[in-house]
Amino acid sequence: MAQIEGTYGLLAEFDTPTELIAAAKAAYGSGWRRLDCYTPYPVEEAAEAIGFHSNRVSLVCLIGGLMGLAAMFGLETWASVLAYPLNIGGRPLYSWPAFIVPAYEWTILFAGLSAAFGMLAMNGLPAMYHPLFNSPSFRNGATTDKFFLCLEANDPKFSLSETKKYLENFGPLSVVEVDY
Amino acid sequence: MATKNVPVNDPMIDPATGELRVIAPGHTFKSVTEKISRIVLTSHTPLGWFGGFMVASSVAGILMVAVTWLFLKGTGIWAITQPVAWGFAIINFVWWIGIGHAGTLISAILLLFKQSWRNSINRFAEAMTLFAVVCAGMFPIIHTGRPWLAIYWLFPYPNTMNLWPQFRSPLMWDVFAVSTYAIISLVFWYVGLIPDLGTMRDRSQTRAGQYIYGIFSLGWRGSVRHWMRYESASLLLAGLATPLVLSVHTVISFDFAVAVLAGWHTTIFPPYFVAGAIYSGFAMVITLAVPIRKFYGLEDLITIRHIDNMAKVMLATGFIVAYGYGMEVFMAWYSASKWESFMMWNRMHGPMGWSYSVLIACNIVIPLCTLWFRKLRRNPLFMFLLSLVVNTGMWFERFVIVVTSLYRDYLPSSWGTYRATRWDYATFLGTLGLFTTLFLLFIRFLPMIPMSEIRIMLPQAKIKSEAEPLHEAGD
Repeated sequence: MAQIEGTYGLLAEFDTPTELIAAAKAAYGSGWRRLDCYTPYPVEEAAEAIGFHSNRVSLVCLIGGLMGLAAMFGLETWASVLAYPLNIGGRPLYSWPAFIVPAYEWTILFAGLSAAFGMLAMNGLPAMYHPLFNSPSFRNGATTDKFFLCLEANDPKFSLSETKKYLENFGPLSVVEVDY
Repeated sequence: MATKNVPVNDPMIDPATGELRVIAPGHTFKSVTEKISRIVLTSHTPLGWFGGFMVASSVAGILMVAVTWLFLKGTGIWAITQPVAWGFAIINFVWWIGIGHAGTLISAILLLFKQSWRNSINRFAEAMTLFAVVCAGMFPIIHTGRPWLAIYWLFPYPNTMNLWPQFRSPLMWDVFAVSTYAIISLVFWYVGLIPDLGTMRDRSQTRAGQYIYGIFSLGWRGSVRHWMRYESASLLLAGLATPLVLSVHTVISFDFAVAVLAGWHTTIFPPYFVAGAIYSGFAMVITLAVPIRKFYGLEDLITIRHIDNMAKVMLATGFIVAYGYGMEVFMAWYSASKWESFMMWNRMHGPMGWSYSVLIACNIVIPLCTLWFRKLRRNPLFMFLLSLVVNTGMWFERFVIVVTSLYRDYLPSSWGTYRATRWDYATFLGTLGLFTTLFLLFIRFLPMIPMSEIRIMLPQAKIKSEAEPLHEAGD
């Protein structure tokens, strides 16, 4: 597996979200595209700074919900009209108002599961290994109180020494090289 | 209203903005993380936890005995028979589901309304929902007597008998409402836990902790792209859970309201069931929050303001419930139906009239006369006791609805009574033990306050514009 050897990228650590956003904005502005920010809580401004404006979780959720609706309403209709017709007090076999409630519940069920699992799938999770976990400062701070900017090695602008200097301009706590 | 007499230099008021603080001042990202994760990651389990766990799991053991005996002997060991064929099982089912609803309300509806004070209490309120649904879901299943057969009674699947369930029945709707509620609550809770499990993985000192939290955190690393999708998914789940929670208790009320029985056949049931659910659920959150914040020293994070706010929600929903009771009485008179008015007279003055008096005292008189006072709302001990009173009252509400409507129906020749057996009580008590056991395990092994959401509320999380200095003095 030749393509996953060597350097993953350079990781700069910041103390405040404000510094991270300034650095991310500058890097994105000067043409970096293979970059990501890591924060201990959602920082919308950082996502905006690296050009990540919208995601497709809601679309997946909508499609899932409609599938749930169709699946349950279809099942109810098929079971009550075709598979197992029962005359209950002379009511029509296709008594659709009564079918609304389970169909409604399954709309929510499928939409919710699609949103949750769709979000995980689009995020590429679960991913038990990631090169960034090789950095002790990342393990110590990324999920607690530090803010990280990673410029990745597969960006055409990447050069180990120059990128390191470039990141040090932003006044980070540290800049470390992360290997696969 | 309440802000008029606030003393100057109140630490709970931000001097810069004049806004009420939700978290006590002086915390940093690190300090809140430490404070919350230490409760779980410490190798020293407090003695009190062991004591509580011992009592709770012994009581849960009673449930095991009661259910085993039930499966051996059948539902005849309970007091259910004609005319009261729905006894404790449905009372407890509705009571537990109702308690669960406040967790969803806190996690979903208050999130949509951007009520950031909920961030401190939403995790354990959601856990409460989950465990309450576990307790609730058990009752209809064991009520079938032979739950191993309930699979084809309840769920539509292609079986060898070519049987399909009856989708026109509210009991069938219940199956889908409650199972969806259980699954969505679990997913919502777990999605909320993922970033915190990442924190636990990174802060854990033991190999086992790193492995287990690592696996369940799914490799969360806090990329902002991940966070943005995560936030979308959380909002969507909140948006879905809101109509879901309203539908669940509505569907449960249909179990009653669709029947043609005086005392059940009423259109006020759906809204009044939902309000009652939220009322009892908030009471349960207070029952849990007051001892926990004291025991683990979390007064900085679960503040008096949280208790005050929850008390206000209880006051509002309590009045909706009171309106529901009033409407039932009014309709008994206004409908000019002699069955309705007899049912109401019998409910108040019949042989079981005492249960109606308990209900009115616990749900209306005591809480709605005291919750007006700010001093009492901000007194944790008082609120703890009141929450027990309210949940007693809410249990009696279901008792009154189920039993006093059934035991004297249209035909005096079929009148009877209802007297719960020791197995009824043992099963109910057992679920209280099961709930407490699950909750104690939760607070021991998982972060009970969402750390990532608390970090958002800290002043350090504010993005400063370029003109402002990056580091303040003493930062």
